[in-house]
Amino acid sequence: MPSLKDLRNRIAATKATQKITKAMQMVAASKLRRAQAAAEAARPYASHMGKVLSNIAASVGSLETAPRLLRGSGGDNVHLLLVCTAERGLCGPFNTAIVRLARERAISLMAEGKEVKFFCVGRKGYDQLRRLYAKQIVEMVDLRAARTLQFHHAEMVAEKVTERFNNFEFDICTLFFSRFRSVIAQIPTAQQIIPPVFDEKAADALGGAAYEFEPEAEDILHELLPRNVAVQIFRALLENAASFYGAQMSAMDNATRNAGDMIRRQTLTYNRTRQAMITKELIEIISGAEAL
Amino acid sequence: MASLHFEFVSPERVLFSGDVDQVDLPGAEGDMGILAGHAPLVTPLRPGVVTIYNAAAREAVVVVGGLAEVSPSGLTILADRAVPRDNFDAATLAGEIKDAEEDVADATDDAQRDRLARRLEQLKSLQTALAQ
Repeated sequence: MPSLKDLRNRIAATKATQKITKAMQMVAASKLRRAQAAAEAARPYASHMGKVLSNIAASVGSLETAPRLLRGSGGDNVHLLLVCTAERGLCGPFNTAIVRLARERAISLMAEGKEVKFFCVGRKGYDQLRRLYAKQIVEMVDLRAARTLQFHHAEMVAEKVTERFNNFEFDICTLFFSRFRSVIAQIPTAQQIIPPVFDEKAADALGGAAYEFEPEAEDILHELLPRNVAVQIFRALLENAASFYGAQMSAMDNATRNAGDMIRRQTLTYNRTRQAMITKELIEIISGAEAL
Repeated sequence: MASLHFEFVSPERVLFSGDVDQVDLPGAEGDMGILAGHAPLVTPLRPGVVTIYNAAAREAVVVVGGLAEVSPSGLTILADRAVPRDNFDAATLAGEIKDAEEDVADATDDAQRDRLARRLEQLKSLQTALAQ
């Protein structure tokens, strides 16, 4: 049976842990607010970008001369899975959920006899995937050094991806990230970015009219397609950041509550033990006095 | 006058969304004014000033690159970066030009230098446009 001092120490340790998780929860909450605003502000841009691109694609998409980035490489044998996760843990099932979605996709693709490659953004996803698919990870980017997420980080990732595409290293690229719905709901999402997928109904937005391009359509697409990849990645990273803080906040909230429960239980044990000792001492004194 | 539906977004935020009379924008091959019913058009933007005319009010926004798209449903501008003209700080721009100049000098390979040089040129043309 633990002594009273042991019990006191145990309570103090749990209290210290609770203080830490509480602080982490509050930090996550304040960072979440900013990350959420950034993610929500990026949504209209990314969706407009997709819309504009699909309008343009609808008017030139059938051309043989359309850039490869738009019409794809023609095959679908090699898939690149771009898995975006966080750099840090202590955020509940956030990283695992993204990795699980990517892994399920990889397993079903490999069952169909396709080749799968991984491109990891974020250390946590890399650590988890490395155990299973060490040989298939072609690249890993970690953004730990980046204090705030900037567009050029996404641009850097996008450049690496398009370079591999231009070197015929893969046919289809799918982006995995966690879409931020609310503090308690983050949805792991897969989005195909190369070649881009468009809404069916976007095609008739023009009503059959053709665009005028100034300068040439090809020049514009040349500029726009790599940019679209960067924009979609940027959006995914921002959504991820918001989701991460949301997940961390609820994980730490749970941890704080669990620590509170634990402290209550430990205090109860401590008081019971203390009373038992007092009772025991009294009995000893009384029986000692009676014996005289 | 028929009104033009106008969406103006940058990665950071939505700058404008609604109906306007006319929008002047700096196209890659020259400035143009867009009115309602314009033919479908796509053009990149060079750094410059986008002017939005709505009844008597007009609003000027400085853009640094981007893309404009006119479709039957209206005009969409996707700006790389956009700041309302009144909030635009000439000193910031001058600082950026200086940074860009240093970047060009520091560039290690040709492709990177070309890209940086193009950007520097664009920034300089914006500076002259704003000085007028």
